[in-house]
Amino acid sequence: MKQNILYSKFERFWHWTQMALVVLLLITGFEIHGNIRVFGFEQSVRLHNSAAWFFIGLTALTIFWMLTVGHWRNYTPTRKNFREQIRYYTYGIFRKEPPPHSDKSFENKFNPLQRIVYLALIIVAFPAQIITGLLYMYFRYPGNPVDSDALRIIAITHTVLAFLLVAFLIMHLYMTTTGKKATSHIKEMITGVGDHELPETGKTT
Amino acid sequence: MQKSLVSQLITVIVVLVLPGFIIYQTFKQASKQLNPHEVSIKLKEEHVSSTDHSLFPILQEKFERPQDLTAACLSCHTERDKEVMATAHWTWLREVVRPNGEKMMVGKKNIPNNFCTGATGNNGSCMRCHIGYGWADETFDFNEPTNIDCIVCHDRTNSYVKRKGGAGMPSTVANATPDAPVPNYNYIAQNVGLPSRHNCGPCHFEGGGGNNVKHGDLEMALLNTTRKVDVHMAVDGKNMVCIDCHTTERHNIMGRQYSVSADNTNRIHCEQCHTATPHGDMILDNHYRKVACQTCHIPIYAKVNPTKLYWDWSEAGRRDENGDFITEYDTYGKYNYLSIKGRFVWDKDVIPEYHWFNGTASHFLYGDTITEIPVQMNRLYGEATCPDSKIWPVKVHRGKQPFDSEYRTIIAMKLAGEEVGEGAFWLDLDWERSIELGMDYNNLPYSGNWEFVRTEVYWPINHQVSPKEHVLNCVDCHTRNEKGRLASLNGFYMPGRDYSKTADFAGFSFILLTLLGVLTHIALRIYWSRTSD
Repeated sequence: MKQNILYSKFERFWHWTQMALVVLLLITGFEIHGNIRVFGFEQSVRLHNSAAWFFIGLTALTIFWMLTVGHWRNYTPTRKNFREQIRYYTYGIFRKEPPPHSDKSFENKFNPLQRIVYLALIIVAFPAQIITGLLYMYFRYPGNPVDSDALRIIAITHTVLAFLLVAFLIMHLYMTTTGKKATSHIKEMITGVGDHELPETGKTT
Repeated sequence: MQKSLVSQLITVIVVLVLPGFIIYQTFKQASKQLNPHEVSIKLKEEHVSSTDHSLFPILQEKFERPQDLTAACLSCHTERDKEVMATAHWTWLREVVRPNGEKMMVGKKNIPNNFCTGATGNNGSCMRCHIGYGWADETFDFNEPTNIDCIVCHDRTNSYVKRKGGAGMPSTVANATPDAPVPNYNYIAQNVGLPSRHNCGPCHFEGGGGNNVKHGDLEMALLNTTRKVDVHMAVDGKNMVCIDCHTTERHNIMGRQYSVSADNTNRIHCEQCHTATPHGDMILDNHYRKVACQTCHIPIYAKVNPTKLYWDWSEAGRRDENGDFITEYDTYGKYNYLSIKGRFVWDKDVIPEYHWFNGTASHFLYGDTITEIPVQMNRLYGEATCPDSKIWPVKVHRGKQPFDSEYRTIIAMKLAGEEVGEGAFWLDLDWERSIELGMDYNNLPYSGNWEFVRTEVYWPINHQVSPKEHVLNCVDCHTRNEKGRLASLNGFYMPGRDYSKTADFAGFSFILLTLLGVLTHIALRIYWSRTSD
């Protein structure tokens, strides 16, 4: 029997840094948007911009890492177990049935729903937030670009995506409780070690 | 055991220490600010005259008339008369292109206003602030160099006064008063120098017939003021005088006031000294593109003495039971009713109104047809989408004044006069006659029918810059609060103020639905776990 390493050191660093930055971006973003008061408007703007740059840097680093290590394969959508996974979340989980993707490993750590959602985050939501965010930073004044309503469109897109991220965060947090124990998944994400041990033969697909 | 300890340490580092370090850096970067730009300027007060005027024999002669002194000045300072006579200080006119494309000479001389309604025809009183001697009527010779009043700007003794009602003439032995004694021309001439704030002040502080009536940001308090009122002119600060900013080349003084100016030329800009990136902070510097420095740095005006915000002529003309003129006062101790002028509203520490402004303006002139009410006595051009436009703080002076209700034109009144019974409103309180005389003097068609109309004039605010601890905060504008400074300025999206109601509703609904979904899922999990046990 050997330990089932699910998350490398880099992934854990990436995940928790990303979490902290996203939470900071959401808090400061919604303060700028006028919904909450935490740091004060001015400090929120500064923190939001500063956090944005670290977020961009982290994302660039992660993309580099994924491409180099080949880890992007974890995010390719698959049909295998897709229906089973939906059935599990809507039925099986209540009946204490075993999850269809119980044999997760470093090379195949996500279930089909995770793959599609995380992929959407990585190739749609994050880039869109980064692009609209940069436009917000550098093209925020009317007349630049030519369309006077450009900032309105940029800002509203940026906000709508932020709402979606909040919804994702709620879902994501809740999903951590669906492991063997309510804290199993969080523990995995911290230690990097899966809560089930792999047979000596190792790989599963 | 040892291995587990190491892996625990690594875990703490990768999930806590490193992310924590990044967040720490985020906060550190966010609070990083460079030093603001510092200005070094050589003040005009440090100027040392290259000559001692008291040694010139010509300035020791006796001057019977002020014009003789001007002749003496020009005998050395040749050609300066031509410079002076080319300026708007002399002509009260500048060539402008009107909105209809017509080229025309426009200025204080022929622009109606909503204070005393207009200068021309009230020369005795209004032309006291002309830099000439005796523009009492249209016979004044604008081509006569000795009509130039050199000393009104160059007197450094603070003893020179132009006589009230004298159309720019100082007192003579025959008409001298304690307030306006006969000037000591030799004393003045032997001490001339660069203009101080005591030269500019009397006319530019007291326009409209009293201190701070018109500008709101220019008043007698600036003669001796503190940093809180004006960082530039404060005696406990830089102690700058008018001409330190209003630099002058060949008697052409830089500066524009759009109550009488129209073009985006000859202006003074803060960045001439302060650069366009003065804050040492990118976000603040970026505001420069669309927000005038004045907007944040002059959060209130009329900081010492009240300024006039409303002037209602329609109440003028009342007398008390004895037939005498009435004067009433407000809580500031300022007159808020005068029989000769009507009802006023004064205020101090006034919050400006904000408008898009690109440095050009047009003016409503005598003879123009009134097409909108309130009549826009001047119009500041600019809009959010215009690349040259910035948000600018503006004093808006509102009024109610007579107009020709048949021809729909603004009316010129005869206000000032010498004798009772000659039709001047300030002496006779006779509306019909003063309007007839005013229109006649200005050669304007008059139908004989008149009423009162509401009017507005816009004065961009430029002075009384506050120290940095009193400038506007972000949330003075970036707020959803309807009392936000820019709450009513439309045509652009501003973070913190604007949002899409639809997008926000959809967003919050989606979050709520997600929460409900999660709660339902939890409930079902608990329910099933109980029943299945």
